[in-house]
Order: sequence, then C-alpha cells, then structure tokens
Amino acid sequence: MITVLAVHFSVAVLAPFFFRAWGRNAFYPLAVVPAASFVWLLFQHAPVYSGTGAVAEVVPWIPGLRLEFAFRMDALSWVMSLLVLGVGTLVLFYCGRYFKRKDQDLGAFGAQLLAFAGAMFGLVVADDLLLLFIFWELTTILSYLLIGFARTRLAARRSALQALMVTTAGGLAMLVGLIMLGHAAGTYRISAILDQASGLVGGASGAMVGAAVVLILVGAITKSALVPFHFWLPGAMAAPTPVSAYLHAAAMVKAGIYLVARLAPGFSETAYWQPVVLGLGLATMLVGGYRALRQTDIKLILAYGTVSQLGFLTMVVGLGTPDAALAGLAMLLAHGLFKATLFLVVGIIDHQSGTRDVRKLSGVFSSARALGIVAGIGAASMAGVPLLGGFVAKESVLEAFVHHAEDPAAGPWGMLVLAGIVLGSVLTFAYSARFMWGAFAVKPGVERTPFKAIRPSFLAAPAILSLLTVVYGLWPVPADAWIQPYAALFASTGHDAGSPAEQAGHLALWHGFSPALGLTALTFALGLGMYFGRNAVSKAQSKVPDWVDADRAYQLTIGALDDVAVWITGRTQRGSLYFYLAVILSVAFVLPLATILVDGKPLPEGIYLVDPGSPLQLVVGAGIIIGALAAVKANKRFLAVLMVSVTGYGIALMFALQGAPDLALTQMLVETIILVAFVLAMRSLPAELRDRTGGKYRVVRVIIGLGFGATMVFAAIFAMGARIATPVSLQFPQLAYEGGGGLNVVNVTLVDIRAWDTFGEISVLALAATGVASLIFVRGRGDRIQASALVAEGSVGRHHGVDPGSRDGAALAISRRFAAAARDAWLVAGRTLAPERRSIIFEVVTRLVFHSLVIFSLYLLLAGHNLPGGGFAGGLTAGLALTIRYLAGGRFELREATPVSAGALLGIGLAVAAASGVVPLLLGGQVFQSAIIQFWLPVFGDIKFVTSTIFDIGVYIVVVGLVLDVLRSLGAEIDEHFEERAAAPADDQDGLTAETTVKGNA
Amino acid sequence: MSVNLALLIVMGALYACGIYLILERSLTRVLLGLMLLANATNLLILATGGYAGLAPLYSKDIGAGDYNDPLPQALILTSIVISFAVTAFMLGIIYRTWVLARRDEIQDDVEDLRVAETPSFDAEDDAEIPAETSEFPLATVTAGGRELPAGQAAAEEKPGSNNVPPSPEGGGK
Repeated sequence: MITVLAVHFSVAVLAPFFFRAWGRNAFYPLAVVPAASFVWLLFQHAPVYSGTGAVAEVVPWIPGLRLEFAFRMDALSWVMSLLVLGVGTLVLFYCGRYFKRKDQDLGAFGAQLLAFAGAMFGLVVADDLLLLFIFWELTTILSYLLIGFARTRLAARRSALQALMVTTAGGLAMLVGLIMLGHAAGTYRISAILDQASGLVGGASGAMVGAAVVLILVGAITKSALVPFHFWLPGAMAAPTPVSAYLHAAAMVKAGIYLVARLAPGFSETAYWQPVVLGLGLATMLVGGYRALRQTDIKLILAYGTVSQLGFLTMVVGLGTPDAALAGLAMLLAHGLFKATLFLVVGIIDHQSGTRDVRKLSGVFSSARALGIVAGIGAASMAGVPLLGGFVAKESVLEAFVHHAEDPAAGPWGMLVLAGIVLGSVLTFAYSARFMWGAFAVKPGVERTPFKAIRPSFLAAPAILSLLTVVYGLWPVPADAWIQPYAALFASTGHDAGSPAEQAGHLALWHGFSPALGLTALTFALGLGMYFGRNAVSKAQSKVPDWVDADRAYQLTIGALDDVAVWITGRTQRGSLYFYLAVILSVAFVLPLATILVDGKPLPEGIYLVDPGSPLQLVVGAGIIIGALAAVKANKRFLAVLMVSVTGYGIALMFALQGAPDLALTQMLVETIILVAFVLAMRSLPAELRDRTGGKYRVVRVIIGLGFGATMVFAAIFAMGARIATPVSLQFPQLAYEGGGGLNVVNVTLVDIRAWDTFGEISVLALAATGVASLIFVRGRGDRIQASALVAEGSVGRHHGVDPGSRDGAALAISRRFAAAARDAWLVAGRTLAPERRSIIFEVVTRLVFHSLVIFSLYLLLAGHNLPGGGFAGGLTAGLALTIRYLAGGRFELREATPVSAGALLGIGLAVAAASGVVPLLLGGQVFQSAIIQFWLPVFGDIKFVTSTIFDIGVYIVVVGLVLDVLRSLGAEIDEHFEERAAAPADDQDGLTAETTVKGNA
Repeated sequence: MSVNLALLIVMGALYACGIYLILERSLTRVLLGLMLLANATNLLILATGGYAGLAPLYSKDIGAGDYNDPLPQALILTSIVISFAVTAFMLGIIYRTWVLARRDEIQDDVEDLRVAETPSFDAEDDAEIPAETSEFPLATVTAGGRELPAGQAAAEEKPGSNNVPPSPEGGGK
C-alpha cells in the first residue's frame, strides 16, 4: 500500500515534465499509475478475503507523537479502493481527449489529479486517525486546486474557495473529534478503536466518545455536502468536468460516506448518530432531488442529483444493520459507476456542442447515438431500472429500510424514513428522466444543436463504466461476496439470529414479490407521472419562493465575517504609533499599579532616602532630574540633546558615588561619543524642535508618564523588598580572583564568568554598526573611500557661492592664503580640507593627543583585568581618539587613521572573541574556559597573563569598529552628501583652482 | 534588603520624562526619550546592588559584602554599550528619514488607514457573475454592456475588469 502511495505521489511530482514532452497525451502515462495499482488491488483480493480479513502495513513515523504510517486493507477499504483507482484510471484516460492541445497549465493539473487519486487511496486504507486526517485534508487542498483550475474565471476561484472553507471548517471539527476519540481510546489505531468500541461507548468516557463522534460526523457532513452544507458541491461545478466526475463519483464526497461506513460498526449505537445520519440524510436527499428538477444546466442537474444521492447513501451506510451495510456498499458501487458515466457524458456533450443548457440542446441523440445509449444506461441505473446495477442496489436498500420500518425499536420514525426514501426515489426517477430529456431529446421550437463527431478514445471511458453497470446488474454475485465480510461486522451475535450472511441477505436481480418490489413499482409510476407532467411540476416549483438559500446564507456569513474583521482592524490598527504606545504603556502601568493597590501590602523594611556611604547622591540626583525636565521642555534640537547628556553625565557621577568606577568611565566615554554622533547626524535637520501634539494629548502623555514612573518606583521597591536569598554575586570576588585570575571583579565577570552574555552583546554591536552603515551608505558598506594622497589639496568642504566682496569673502581669502603657506602638515590629510575649515590649534592638539589616547586605550584594555578599564572602556577611548582626528582632519584623515575598514574590524573582533571561546574546547577544556599563564620577561619581570584577555581584545576591536562605523556613516558619508548637494548648483566660481599634490606623509 | 529611595526617585523621574518624550511625534524626541529610559533602567539595576560600597577590586582583606555588588555593574556595562549602538542606529534612521521625506516626524501608517476604510463590497466575493453553461463556449455573451465571445469574456473576468458589473457602492471597477 505504501508503494502504491509513493508511486502516485512521485509520478505526480514528475508529471509536469511529461506534459512538457508529450502535451495532453501525457494523461495516458499518468493513467497507467492507478491502472497498475488497480491490477495490484485485484491480486490483493485473496489475502484480504482470507485469514484475518485484512492486510496491514505499519511503519513508525514520529514515535514520540505516536504517529505512524499505519495502513490496513479490509473488505471496506478494498471495495472503496476499487472505485477510487478504477474511476481514477478512466478519468485520467478521458482527460487525454477532453482537454485541448493548447490548454495552459495541464502539467500542474495532471499532477494534482494523480495526487488526488493517491490521497483518496491513502484515505481509505489509513488505519490511524491522524493519518486519516492528513489524507482527508490533502484531498481538500487538492480539490481546491482542481476546482480552481480555470484561475482566470471568477466563478472558479470563488467556488474553489467556498469548497475549501466549508470542508476545512468541517475538517477542523473532525480533528477535534478524532483527537477526543483517540484520547478516550488510548490509541489512534482505527482497527483497535473499533474493536473496543462497545466498551468505549458504554464506558466511563461514553459522553466524551458520543461528542467526539458527533464532531467527526460534522467533518463527514461537510465533506459529503449534506444539508446544511450541500451548497458547495453544485458550486464546485466550476471545475473541469472530469474533475467533477471524479469528485462526485469516487473521491472527495465519498470520503464522508467512507468515514460514516468506517465508524458505523462501532458507533452507530451512540445517542446522536441515528438522528444526525437519518435526519440530515433524508433532508439532503429530498432537497437535492427537488432542486435537481429546477436546473436548466445538465451538469447542475447531475450535481444536485449527487447531493440527493449522498443523503441517500449516508442514511443507508449509517443505519447500522447488516442488510443496510450490504445495501449501502452496493449502492456506493452502483452510484460510482453511473455518476461517473453521466458526468463524462456531460463533458462530451459540452466539448462537442459548446453548451450544457437544456434550453439550447436539441436532437443530440440523433447526432450521437452511441453516446445516448451510454448515457441512457447510466441514467436508468440512477433511476433504478431493472437489470442494471442501480436496481439491484436499490432493491436491497428498500428491503433494509422495510425491515427498519418493521422494527418496533424504530417506532413511527421507521415508517417516516421509508416514506421519505420512496419520495426521494420518485424525485430521483424524475430528474434522471429530465436529464435524458434535457441532454438528448428533440425539443420543439429549438433548432438542432450542431454536434461534432466523437472519437472512440473519448467515448471509451464512459462506455466501459456503463458496461460495468450492466454486468453488475446482471451478475451481482461477485459484488455480494466482496461486501459480505463488511456486512458481517454488524451481525448480531444472538443465538437465534442466524448466520451473518442470513442477516445481511444477498444482492440479487430477483428477490421475488417483496414489499421492496412494490415500492419500486410505485416509484416508477409516480416518477413517470412527474416526468410527463414536467411542465406542471416546474410551474408549481416556480411558484414556491426560495425559502432558504444556503449558498446565500454562506455569502452573508462570510461577508459579515469580513466586515467584522475590517471593523476590528480599523479600530485597533489605527496606524498611529502614539496610539499603540499609549495603549501598551497604559496597560503596562495600570495593571501593576492596580495590583499593588488592591493587594495593599505594607512597604518593605529597609527603605532609606540618604545612603550613609554617599550622601552626595542627593545632589547629583537633583541635577539629573533638572536635566531630564529641561530636555523635555527644550525647543531647540541641540539644547535637548545637551540636556539628555547632562542626565547621562550625572548618571556617570552616580555610578562613581555608588562604587562603580568601570561604569563611570564607560558612561563618560559613551556620552561624549554620543554627543558627537548627534551633532554629526543632525547637522542637516532644522534647529527648531516643535512639539507637534496638541494640548489634549499632552495631558494624556503627562498622565501616562507620571503613572509609569510612579509604577516603576513602587514595583522596584516591592521587588527589592521581596528578595530573601543571599545574592549570588557575593561569591564573585573570590571566583574572579581564584578562577578568573583578575582583581577587577566586574571585568572578570564580563570576560569570564558571564562571557557568553558579552559575546552575545558584541554580536549585537556588530549588527548595529552594520545597520548604521547600511542606513547611510544604502548600497554596500562604503569601504571604497580613496587614499588622501589622491585628493586635491583644499578640496574637501569648500564654501561655495560666497561673494568675494563681502566680509565673509575677505575672511575666506585670508584663511586660504595662510593655508597655502608651505610647511610641514600636522595631520596627514589635513591639507585635503578646505582652508576655511581648518583650525591650526585643533590640528596641533590632535597631533599631540592622538597617540597618547591610543596608548592609554591599550593600557585600559590590558590593565582592565585588575584595575578599572577593560575592552569596552579601551575601545571607546580609541574611538574617541579617532573621533578627534576625524573632527580635526576630515574624512580623509579618518581614512588615513584606520588602514583597516570598519567591517573588517568588526569581523576580526568577533573572530578573536569566538576563537578565545573555541580554542579551549579544542584543547580539551570547556567553551570560554580561561587559563592563567605565568612567565618572566626581561624589563617587565614576572608576567601573569590570563587568556580571557584575548576575549577582551576581541571586545576592544569590535567597539573600535562600531565607533569607526558611526564616524564613517554619520560623519564622513554625510559630509559627502553635503558636498555633492553644495557642488551641484554652483560650480567652483572663485578662481582658486585646486592643485593635486603628491606630498609625502607628515 | 535595602532600598535606596533616592536612586529610585531619580529613576522614576527619568522614566516619566522618557515616556513623555517617546509619546511625541518628533523622531528626535523619541530617541531622546529612549535614551532617558535607558538611563533610568541602568539606575534601576544599580539600585538592586544595595548600599554604596567599595569598588569591586579584589583584595584579600575586604569581605565580600563590603564591595558594591559587581553583578549589576556587569549588566549595566553591557547595557550602556548596547544603548550606544542602538542610539547610533536610531540616528541613522533619523538621518535617512530626513533625506528621504524631509521630515523628522513619525507618520501615520497609510496602509492601516486604508484598511480601516475598506468598503464592505469586494468584487472577488460579492460581484454578480453570469451563469456559465459551458467550458467550451461557442456563443457570445453580454458582459459589461459588450457582446464578446464567451471564452474571451471568461478570460477577462477578473476583479476590476469591465465584465464584473459595478456595485451600488462603486466597487468592481
């Protein structure tokens, strides 16, 4: 079975290549797949019908979830497979002539149809509830694709979506039911569940099993298009006719019937089973039959006919008696044969004449007699005319329901159901006749439909099916033998009940004069009456208003759902960041504050306002608060930035007072670099910083701000008051000294105790640096800036458009004269800067300070293990040195100062840090394990080197890379944008031509 | 445990100012607000360290409890540098917004506003479609006021095409 499935799906994958090679003829090789499987199936007859009555294959899939590829073929699966594979073969064969050579997308279509056959086969042989569900949903998705084949047509798209929505909605309910059932039974193996079904139903979890069965039935009802979900099936008519034939005859809708048939032996006794199955089945049978009589499209007549037949089939297979089970599967086979025949005939009529409209078709029989005979056999079988398969099956169905009506347990409902079935059969007879009349008859007043001759290869598939219908009717013995083992599952074990075969009865053409035969005769009489009185019938039908239109109800439901979704989206997704933040922050403070208030806990002990160790904190704190308030009030951009810096520097002081020199140092450096970055980035933005939110909002903002601040204070107080355990960090000093070999506990924590954390952090730094660079450079990382030697002297950042006669012009001329004086430059690339931008003092200071700063940064890096400092502080100091050089000498100076690009620095830094983590692993230690190496060097004396310093060097390099990226992007690149903009309108008018010099280094 | 109210009050003030600023439309103010929030959070972490103490530089003579708690310090150090990177990134965003749109403001999301105004009528779901009675049409059909071959009409039948009649609300075009 697994092989059959694998072949179906793998050939489906290859199918598009076949179609590219052979066009529509590729349907023939595809048809070989189900055909060969059908032959294999015939050979399986002997094993399935001997011994234990089943063939099983189990392959574990996900043992942890108890999922397995469990397949089992018993009599029911075998009969279903006959239909699935047989009809699948013929439909694929038929497709080879149905589609036109120029049709698009046939490759995908063929693949989907073949996969559909495979999924349907998998569905009927699956022995695991979840596996069954997977195949179930596979058929749903594939049917969606197949129905929507003509994707340019609105009708096709809409019906495909409708089918998908209805069947997946049911499928979801079914999934819940399956899981409940599997849970209650303790196994998902279907055969095992059915074995213990009576125990389950009567056991402790009986109610749960009952509910599970109802949920599963919901899945079956939606799939099999029973009232009230019947509307999707006529809608699915938008599919190409071969797909409709397969969908209606052997696949998709039959999946629901199969599921009912599969569960009936175990669960037909549960409380809701009979009302659901018989009630909805009967309603569907009558509604379908009634509506079939109103259609003018012959395909729609058949579609509603299928709806009616599905109701009928559900009732029979769900009844739960041996004779009904026998009759149900017999009817299933008969229906598959005649319905496939009729749909394929409709396809041929449509293909050859270009219409399916009853009002336009006329005289087709005289053009295509063979087609008419084939169709006639199918329609007669559908109506239940003797000698055909439909008659044999229907006789035993009627017999089963006659028995049911006679059964005292069924009460008056038994008679009602029987009467309903007879009425449904009358309608079936009438619409069968209407179909034949509509498709083939000569209609007065309608001109004869032009009809192209039919190729034998096109007619072959329906002809074979109608031949089988005749054989089935004349010789029902084999079918009877196939079904008997299934019917025996229902057999009563009472000692006076007789053998299972006696309880089920037999399929036969002639049962003698029985009540069933009388009912058949009655049906024919009434049906013929309805056919001949068809004008009166349709007049009566047109007088009846459309009471309830399920399709319309579906549209309204979906429309209402859409509207509600849009309404909710529109109310919540306002597109305003202010709104979102206000909601989030309000929730963030109202909930904890309310909890604190409602809880009414007393404040914890140990609260103090003045720290005895550092009373100065109060003063600094006041400064910070003033800075923050000023930042809020400031209406000039740089003033606001400065005020935020005030709070930042204040916090640095706070760190120092608290006993955290590392933090103070780092915070100072960061504040300084941020200030520079701000100035660089905001050069082009207007100086004004207007508050653009109105007064009403400002009140809201103040409330949220104050509320949030207060909440944080209280949350912090209670959180800290709740601490009872000894802080883990009490061990840190000892650990740092003995394990990490350093005196600076904070630094050892960063590079050793919590090295993973720091490694994550420097990765974030590298990402952020790359982010900044890509935001400014947009394309690439911008490592292409040229060496300063190639840049014309005094060409960078020139002022343009200054009137030479004005005061500014005079100042400009003087500065240019000074700058042109020949002397040694203080900075390498200082000469590239426009004279008016140079500051000799700044250049001199930079020259003096830069190297000291770099040396100091290295000192911080290496000393950081024992003294305040470390990779972060060192890297930031080096970054500060670079910042000064950039500010003094412009972007080419920065380029000269850093021969290695920022991207390379980030990469090298990360690589060094990673290496310091990985190398210990290779040496047999753990990741980031550090070692202390002691050795003696001349001059330096005894050296104690801790390997975690290497990690710190990586941190240092990454931080330098980050600062460099910030300078290059927010500084150098924005400079260039400025110059491009300035140079564009005014082209060097002041006469001082820039000369290219190739001077040596300073 | 000890709770340093002075630090917490400063923290609360910074949170309040930061929140007030990030509820503003100006991107610069939002960034400043974020920086204040970062500072406030650093203070919060610092406050968990308890009383002010000695700098955590190990010496054999000092008891473990006399240092200021080194663990919050390590966390804050990480936070300071990360905040720097985030600030630089935000500056990049502000600059780019300015270059592209000449605005230093957070705009309302136009797409969200459009969704809120979506009409109930959707041609794909709600347009009336003519009944089709063939997959191989030979005849002509009337679609959108024109006579054209049915096959062509079917091919053209997309939302917004002339074949889909406009709704009362004006959809379908």
